[in-house]
Amino acid sequence: MEALLEILEDLHPEVDFETCTTLVDEKIIDSFDIVTIIAEINEEYDVVIPAEEIVPENFNSAKALYDLILRLEDED
Amino acid sequence: MLFTSYSFIGFITAVFIIYYLFPKKYQWCFLLAASYVFYFLASPSYLLFIGTTTVTVWLLGRKMETLRVRQETFLKEKKGQISREEKKAFKSQIKKQKWKWLLLGLLVNLGILAVLKYTNFAIANFNGFLSMIGSTKQLSFVNLVLPMGISFYTFQALGYLIDVYRGTCHAEKNLFRLALFVSFFPQLVQGPISRYSDLAASLYTPHRFDARTVSYGLYRILWGYFKKLVIADRILAAVNTIIQNPEVYQGAFVLVGMLFYAFELYADFTGGIDITIGIAQTMGITVKENFIRPYFSKNIKEYWNRWHISMGTWFTDYIFYPISVCKPMLKLSTFSRKHFGDAIGKRVPVYLSAFAVWLATGVWHGASWNFIAWGLTNYVVIMVSQELQPLYSRFHARFHLNEKRGYGVFEIIRTILLMSCIRLFDCYRDVPLTFRMFANMFTQFRLSDLTAEAFLGLGLSAADYALLFVSLLIVLSVSIAQERIEAAAKSAASGNTAVNAAETEKNSAVQEKMPAAEKGVVRGVRDRIFAGAVETPPRCASADIQPEGRGCHPARAARACDAENASRFAGAAAWKYILFAALVIVVVVFGAYGIGYDQTQFIYNQF
Repeated sequence: MEALLEILEDLHPEVDFETCTTLVDEKIIDSFDIVTIIAEINEEYDVVIPAEEIVPENFNSAKALYDLILRLEDED
Repeated sequence: MLFTSYSFIGFITAVFIIYYLFPKKYQWCFLLAASYVFYFLASPSYLLFIGTTTVTVWLLGRKMETLRVRQETFLKEKKGQISREEKKAFKSQIKKQKWKWLLLGLLVNLGILAVLKYTNFAIANFNGFLSMIGSTKQLSFVNLVLPMGISFYTFQALGYLIDVYRGTCHAEKNLFRLALFVSFFPQLVQGPISRYSDLAASLYTPHRFDARTVSYGLYRILWGYFKKLVIADRILAAVNTIIQNPEVYQGAFVLVGMLFYAFELYADFTGGIDITIGIAQTMGITVKENFIRPYFSKNIKEYWNRWHISMGTWFTDYIFYPISVCKPMLKLSTFSRKHFGDAIGKRVPVYLSAFAVWLATGVWHGASWNFIAWGLTNYVVIMVSQELQPLYSRFHARFHLNEKRGYGVFEIIRTILLMSCIRLFDCYRDVPLTFRMFANMFTQFRLSDLTAEAFLGLGLSAADYALLFVSLLIVLSVSIAQERIEAAAKSAASGNTAVNAAETEKNSAVQEKMPAAEKGVVRGVRDRIFAGAVETPPRCASADIQPEGRGCHPARAARACDAENASRFAGAAAWKYILFAALVIVVVVFGAYGIGYDQTQFIYNQF
């Protein structure tokens, strides 16, 4: 989780990722950010997030994103 | 059949009446029949193409669904009996098969689109190449039909197929239901490109006649006709004069043409979509919005999130994401990180995928270099502003300009001008001419050219200009009102949902019958118009205005009501009829139906 927060804060230092749950809904992160995040996650966790998992529910909060990583790691 | 023709008005009136007289259970069947009649009247040959797309997409969707079910039963049966590796192997095998079907669907349907739309473009380029290498041989152009709306319905059908492949939606069992999704007639002319998950449910469910929903739809249709007939088809004459005579209209007139075209395109495209969404609404069907007042955007990225949304999200979901997260791309990113550093490695997926998207967007718009140049210019501007972002932030941190009220207006005007410049590709004949005229706008700019005579020479009378100006003010004030209402409702919704729910509850007692699903949903200006009949503003009935003290100043809420502020003194149910009648009269009297006037198709119909 720490590493993920670091990735996110690196992109948007002004956002409190530990509490925010509307990252996509409020357009805080856009499609460019999402792609960058996915590439970073691939580097950091060696997990590939497939296109069908790119839905608002998975990217609205750091926690949701972390859960997605865990789920994909588990399936791997 | 043009949306603006009398026969279309007759057609939708007949469809509307029969739709509500039809047995509710079979309403969708009737809609399918109506859609095919509409398409048949456009040209019987079109049916062959839309039919092929529908059947292939339906069949392949079914194939994938069977595979999905097989995987599910297999995993259920073997639960606990097989290892993770076996499970994984089975899943990837199924996925591979599904991928084959998807690929087939993409090839067939994009193939049809490519052949019909781009063959002559390819031939023209090949001929250009031949003459470049000194050959005198030339290929002759072929005469192909281009079915109306093929770019729209093909993308809509393929979006469905990709969703089924991804498992984000179930495959439609019934061929005819899918056929309706692909051919729903209000969308055939110029979109929007609806998603199956957004549109399907409301297409197939029975709809009872609901006075409020129907009148909302009628208002929306009329608003669309106002934009198309009074504004777009009027200003069209001046736009055409300017862009078709580049040797006459130079310098300042390039700017005038550019701004007129911005207004024309806006009125034409959003007006057409208003008609589409309005027609659907009169039948109780919800089509997702395609625009959120795009000209209020403060930067180009925001603009593309608010203009032609259904196309933008299509390209993002089905091209941008898949390309940027595919394994080769991620490998390339890792590789670049290692060799060129983090800063570049991080940018590789975004840059390459965005390039692909904008190239595709350009090509989608039409078979010409103008559109390709247009798409790529958008790409360059977006990437440049992306890179300049840190610079902007530092600038604003230091000078605090962005905290000033006027700065937002500056940003809006800047975005409109920037987008209008890029749109010059859409105006002039070819790419070199576009560049020349763009430069010409600055080098030959003389304010003294803009005389009254020159303007009258564009084919519009003084009365036309006055009317256009008043129309601009009307569109602007309605847009501002809508923007404020939505912002206020949003802050109210996030402020306290519990109180909001209570408000809705209370208000629902005085409201006319409304479909349960729409209760409390903010719809904006029309809510205000209709609210005048029930309760007086600024506390409108439709639960779209937040109670005081939650983010919005009462004075601002009152101002937002200005668009229909007459309800404050009329305060009667009559208001909504008066305004409606006024709008009808305006459209009929000022709609550009003069002698020698040709009814025009929507600009986006060509794409």
